[in-house]
Amino acid sequence: MTTDDASDLSEVERDAISEIANLGVSRAAASLRQMVGEQVLLSVPAVRIVGRTEAATLVEKGNSPRLVAVQQRFEGPFSGRALLIFPEGQSFELVRSIVGPEHPLEDIIDLEQEALAETGNIILNSCLATIANVLHKPMRMSLPSVIRGDGNTMFETAVRAPDADLVLFLYIDFTIRSRDIKGFIALLLDLPSIISLKEIVRDFIDAIDR
Amino acid sequence: MKHHVLVVDDSKLARMVMASAFRRLRPDWILTEAVNAEDALLAIASSSVDIALVDFNMPGTDGLELIERIRAINPDMPMAVVSANAQEEIISRARELGAAFVAKPLTDEALAAFLSGAALRLRKRV
Repeated sequence: MTTDDASDLSEVERDAISEIANLGVSRAAASLRQMVGEQVLLSVPAVRIVGRTEAATLVEKGNSPRLVAVQQRFEGPFSGRALLIFPEGQSFELVRSIVGPEHPLEDIIDLEQEALAETGNIILNSCLATIANVLHKPMRMSLPSVIRGDGNTMFETAVRAPDADLVLFLYIDFTIRSRDIKGFIALLLDLPSIISLKEIVRDFIDAIDR
Repeated sequence: MKHHVLVVDDSKLARMVMASAFRRLRPDWILTEAVNAEDALLAIASSSVDIALVDFNMPGTDGLELIERIRAINPDMPMAVVSANAQEEIISRARELGAAFVAKPLTDEALAAFLSGAALRLRKRV
């Protein structure tokens, strides 16, 4: 069953989007594992269409309200933003686990912004490139930028169109084994992109049986 | 020789992709789908499954835990973990359990290679 209501997803659409995103994030986890040298554990993905305020509440849930994120915009048949989000403080631990314990604290503080952007770039590219390949839809990705703030900062938009409030919010938690590092990957798509994505996913499902 | 394959994946899309590959590669084999570990163990208890393909990232029991439980019942069944999560720990745990690792997105080549190996092992056993 499919639905034409952009603010809702049918079971098949939700399943397909979760599975495709899961492929992307699983590849990304394998890249992260190589960088940190420790196993990366992933949750089962959740896909919801929600208002931005609700998305902000979801990312703050159980976390400190201060968050750090690496953001990359993507453009193609559907456009949006991919975010790698950490509670503040944990991003620092992540950088430390990548550069190694031999570096003094001051060096890591200096490095944090750059290392975080680079880590985010590898992880988010690995995730988005897998999604683009699976769907056979090329996507252009912007350079990564680091943003800091609460959940609302992560999801605020300059566009104030009537439909601008709804987003497809997809998130997967990850934990780095034996280190106190938790974070999550979120993909955000606005309404016109949700409609395009639904069409692409429908074509993708139809093509499986051909 | 026809074989009975169990496909375990919580995603319907993933099961559809798998079923579609089977229609191309082994159209005469019997395919049973399970959506989680409990479903899979029921299918194994109630039918003559000889090969299992198991997704890793599933709600509840994950694919490696499920393979471990199937191993306890059936020490020789050819099995594979199917995942895009190609981390060393997952691949080596699969190996310890005597299971193969088949990468997602699934390709006919990777699935065909696993199925040929599995069919060979089953033939040797007879």
